[in-house]
Amino acid sequence: MLKIENLHARVEGKDILKGLTLTVNPGEVHAIMGPNGAGKSTLGNVLSGRDGYEVTAGSVTFNGVDLLALEPEERAAAGVFLAFQYPVEIPGVNNTYFLRAALNAQRRQRGEKELDSMQFLKLVREKLKIMQISDELLHRAVNEGFSGGEKKRNEIFQMAVLEPKLAILDETDSGLDIDALKQVAQGVNALRSAERGFLVITHYQRLLDYIEPDFVHVLADGRIVESGDKTLALKLEEHGYAWVADKDPALSGASA
Amino acid sequence: MSEAQRTPFVESLLEAAAQAELPGSGIGWLDAARRENLDAFVTAGLPDTRVEAWKYTALRALGQRRFAPGDEQAATRAVDAATFMLPGVDGPALVFVNGVFRADLSRVDALPTGLSLQPLSQALKGDAEPLRFALSRHYREGGDAFARLNAALSGDGVVLRVAPNAKVAQPVHLVFVGAAAEGAAPAHPAPAALAHPCASDLAWHVRHIVELGEGAELSLVEHHVASGEQQHLGTQVTDIVLRKGARLRQVTLQNASAGSTLVRHDSVQLDEDAQATLYVLELGGALVRHDLHATLAGDRSRLETRGVFVLNGRQHVDTQMAIRHQALNTASDSVWRGVADQRSRGVFRGAIVVAEGADGSDASLSSKNLLLSGQAEIDTKPELEIYADEVKAAHGATVGQLDERSLFYLRSRGIPLVEARAMLTAAFCRAVFASLDNDALREHLDHQLMAHLPSA
Repeated sequence: MLKIENLHARVEGKDILKGLTLTVNPGEVHAIMGPNGAGKSTLGNVLSGRDGYEVTAGSVTFNGVDLLALEPEERAAAGVFLAFQYPVEIPGVNNTYFLRAALNAQRRQRGEKELDSMQFLKLVREKLKIMQISDELLHRAVNEGFSGGEKKRNEIFQMAVLEPKLAILDETDSGLDIDALKQVAQGVNALRSAERGFLVITHYQRLLDYIEPDFVHVLADGRIVESGDKTLALKLEEHGYAWVADKDPALSGASA
Repeated sequence: MSEAQRTPFVESLLEAAAQAELPGSGIGWLDAARRENLDAFVTAGLPDTRVEAWKYTALRALGQRRFAPGDEQAATRAVDAATFMLPGVDGPALVFVNGVFRADLSRVDALPTGLSLQPLSQALKGDAEPLRFALSRHYREGGDAFARLNAALSGDGVVLRVAPNAKVAQPVHLVFVGAAAEGAAPAHPAPAALAHPCASDLAWHVRHIVELGEGAELSLVEHHVASGEQQHLGTQVTDIVLRKGARLRQVTLQNASAGSTLVRHDSVQLDEDAQATLYVLELGGALVRHDLHATLAGDRSRLETRGVFVLNGRQHVDTQMAIRHQALNTASDSVWRGVADQRSRGVFRGAIVVAEGADGSDASLSSKNLLLSGQAEIDTKPELEIYADEVKAAHGATVGQLDERSLFYLRSRGIPLVEARAMLTAAFCRAVFASLDNDALREHLDHQLMAHLPSA
């Protein structure tokens, strides 16, 4: 589904990704771990199409389409969803209004029929139940005045409504206490399916106790330096990122 | 200024004055006031940008235009009432077409108790004496050219009085229709046709006098609309007085023709414990100027102003607000938002003066502005002068662009760029009218606002 090959990207003239290769198939959950500055967030931003990231080499295809040639909204319509590390507060834009506009914009782009307000409300009710979110959240402006946990849950709720093919979770665990973390993980697990792929970007192994990955990759200095199953995350937890650097002397200067 | 230097603008209006048969002519003091104001206008002409109040609004091009002396068919011209229908506003209405009162379009039967509502042209037929003070005003400052012009040439307008302690629940609708003067306007006028003045450009002038007696309450809607594309000049001067404890809520929806020039001058006086909330939404017009002068004259009087302008094309909209606190424990709170797209230009000046002895005043002013294009311009200038003690004052002004992070957030969820921009821009403006408690009208303002924003 997602095929990243030899991806090089730079931000403000600085090379961050230096030859990243990764394939995610439907139904798979991939965890990307790595020290600060390894390029984790850059990966999420490049995939979702944020401005300011220059791809200098390599390719990314999504179900055979050149993902990098698409505008952010086209990527969303194609089925790519980014759960933000720092969800943005948008005063004056109602959460429900926003979400319906987003869903219908995606459906429009895909040539599907838009949902009317009744159909949309029905869908939202269903998803609220799965996410265990109170509908009070819906009446507020997007993320405005939300707690850290509410913001992250709102991201997962949006994901539930938009039903992407590929979900990228950018350090979704950052700033969450253990209860909030569990709630978010529960939401994500409810959305796991044979058709949906996940890219879970995280600094800590903790999140992976609750969202069990099929594959774990270690990102260091812009490349994947180690891949394995979930036991790799435990090894990292035990030995720290220095362990990866020790295995690859070329990286010893780069790890945090 | 010598005769030789008269601009075509001044010449054409002088001709208009010579031909005009204004309501009320023959009343000695009124004739004299009109003559003096006309002389002052002709002598000084239009202000140039060296006059501080006109620094950002050049009138040179206007000075080269000529305007026909009023619309002979204004009294009978067909105007579709649907052009000025407003949801939530179905009370008494006075409608003016090209500055002329239209009884056939107005609704003045069965006025609520305590409300007196009359066109000026009619009021002048009766006892004109109560109007004398307002209508014999002299405008001395250099920038008051349009007020002088209005005083010289206005023969119609609104005379509205609310009796002491009368509470008028239904909003009163004042409608000013600028109507194309030559047959039906083409559905899509060529831009070139709009750029050149033609014989069908009219000048119209309306003068309003509003007084709320002690403890009276009124909700007022001032509404400028277009019936067909035209490039008329409209001038309007309004005096509003709120007696002790009176309350006014006024909504101004300015949706004039895209080619028109509209100059409005409002003076609001608040006596003891009076309260006024003024909402302004500026959408239409090519060249628009709004002077809003308020005086907090009585102790504990309160004023709230809430304004939004949304501009595109080559629109130029200039708001000059001046609030004067001159009594004890008065409060003013002003929130203004401006959005300029394409090559438009917005100007906002908010001047607050806390006069000597106006202790305990509380003044706040916020002007935030958004540029949607690299060629648009907004000049905002808050000014604060304080001569009293124990004053609370805060002001802030910004001009910026849409937040890139918010835009990306919306796009990452599938919302296309244009739609995302419109959504954020509307959100930026919308909060300004949040306190308006006429839901239907507030929603209408919302829709109007959305319709004027660039969208998909």
